[in-house]
Amino acid sequence: MSLTTDLSQTAPRSTGKAAGKANRKHGRVADPQTEARTPRRRTRQRRERIFQWLFLVPAVVYMALFFGYPVVKNVVMSFQDYTTATFFTGEAPWVGFANYVTVLSSSLFSTSLLNTALFTIGSIIGQFAIGLALAIFFQRKFPLNGILRSLLLLPWLLPLIVSSAVWRWILDKDSGALNRFLGDLGIIDTGIPWLTSTSLALIAVVGVNIWIGIPFNLTILYGGLQEIPDELYEAGSLDGATGWRAFRHITWPMLRPVVSVVLVLGVVYTLKVLDIILGLTNGGPANSTQTIATQSYDLSFHEFKFGEGAALGNVLVIISLVFAVLYLRASRRAVDE
Amino acid sequence: MTTVLKASVRPPVRVKAPANNRKNWGYTALAIFFLAIMLFPVYWMVNASLQPNGTTLETSWLPLKPDFTGYATAISEQAGNLGTSLIISLGSVALSLAIAAPAAYALAYFKVRGAGVVLFAILISQMIPGIVVANALYTAYNDLGLLNSIPGLILADAAHGIPFAILIIRAFMNGMPASVIEAARVDGAGHVRAFWSIVIPLSRNSLITAGLFTFLFAWSDFLFALTLTTTEAVRPVTLGIFQYIGAYVNDWSSVMATAVLASIPAIVLLVAAQKYIAAGTTGGAVK
Repeated sequence: MSLTTDLSQTAPRSTGKAAGKANRKHGRVADPQTEARTPRRRTRQRRERIFQWLFLVPAVVYMALFFGYPVVKNVVMSFQDYTTATFFTGEAPWVGFANYVTVLSSSLFSTSLLNTALFTIGSIIGQFAIGLALAIFFQRKFPLNGILRSLLLLPWLLPLIVSSAVWRWILDKDSGALNRFLGDLGIIDTGIPWLTSTSLALIAVVGVNIWIGIPFNLTILYGGLQEIPDELYEAGSLDGATGWRAFRHITWPMLRPVVSVVLVLGVVYTLKVLDIILGLTNGGPANSTQTIATQSYDLSFHEFKFGEGAALGNVLVIISLVFAVLYLRASRRAVDE
Repeated sequence: MTTVLKASVRPPVRVKAPANNRKNWGYTALAIFFLAIMLFPVYWMVNASLQPNGTTLETSWLPLKPDFTGYATAISEQAGNLGTSLIISLGSVALSLAIAAPAAYALAYFKVRGAGVVLFAILISQMIPGIVVANALYTAYNDLGLLNSIPGLILADAAHGIPFAILIIRAFMNGMPASVIEAARVDGAGHVRAFWSIVIPLSRNSLITAGLFTFLFAWSDFLFALTLTTTEAVRPVTLGIFQYIGAYVNDWSSVMATAVLASIPAIVLLVAAQKYIAAGTTGGAVK
């Protein structure tokens, strides 16, 4: 806000423009110390800085409105009894930590927390292992490599709800392609209820999420592998480091910064996954695929307990932030190296 | 970005003699095998969309007798939703680029004080779960009358795109020679002029990449469509699909036909911007 007042003060003052233009010929070569000495220079510099900020202002305002405000609002709401009645009366009484107590002590929370952990860990391990294996495979030179590799990106680019719909159909108990395939091979006699059994639904959902995440892991890890100089492998092979030993002693250490970024980004993205679970199982059957994200959605938009939904959302934010700190440290290292 | 640059600068040491060509085709076969497994769901979507209605129990493995009734139903029921998605996505791209491009320029080229804070905020913003944003936006939108409105969804969807677009465009602009802009400034062009007639044309590729991704984000958005609309008035196609599968489905060919139609932007992106995608992902994620 102080920026706008600054601008209105400086804008009418257009003196020194010609001088500024003349000086600009020297551009950035000019010694900054002599620049700062003349007062006219200083005005020009200030104007310059305001102009530069103006390029950034829309983005800053936007980020504040669509990320800053929701986070703050969510914190406020989590301490209020915010329900549908609030929309009519405008009143949301303060309740202290009651929402947190209700949410965290409910029996569903431990289920959601466990499911979130299993969903995230399972997805990450699967995506990463298969993504890395494919990335290493595609390092080989062979015809059509580039085209085939980019076609592999398709599952990642499809709208998540489309993928959910397709998989829901493939995993259908009676007419799904997977059960028919297994049946044709003689592996099963009766259809497996992939999405409707409490013991299988989470596994199925993790499987679908792995499928979705492979292309992302493949792309970034492949990029990381390309950055490793060939000379290292040439030198390594002279010392007898080929195959597994080359991977262990050259590829893995060189890839580590990229690996940490991929893993942490993967965790942060997976923690907040909603589309896939809602599309495949809607959190069911019997909450067996309910995660913190889906439960927060349920609380706010099905039960209209916005305060409790906000409290649970904040729990998710805190978990994400822990990984965000890891991410920032990892990405700084990746840029440094 | 760096990936692409380095790959092109590096001398082609790796080119092997054509002696082991036959072996290489073996790898191609293996790659096609992996691809077939990975893309089976996509194939199944297309296959199922071409099957006649009402034969869900014996969907054949191949669409030998393609039947377009699924598409006819999909278009008659979802055409409006597809149009809504298109308007929202295009609006979101325009808004995202208009806000992200100047910001990326400022972050890449000027040594703005506080740039570090802005970048930090961008990184953190990507960690915030959509449900948290939706939760707060719902109440705010309710007060502002933005629920069930196209502008409301454009604004919310651009929130996906803007941070990502800033990162991609900035990564590109970092590599832009400062001397070109300096020259324009010496010739008397103001900041806005220099930005508009020098920086924007030079960064065209990164703007296209960012724009395509922003389009895809908005087109795929499900969460905001689900939470910020409550009536049929404004309904993107993602929500249309969700309602199809939410009800008991006995007409998978129409659902799959809608899914195919909703996948078109992804396919276009893959074909049209294939070489920029890798640059986009690494630019957005690692840098």
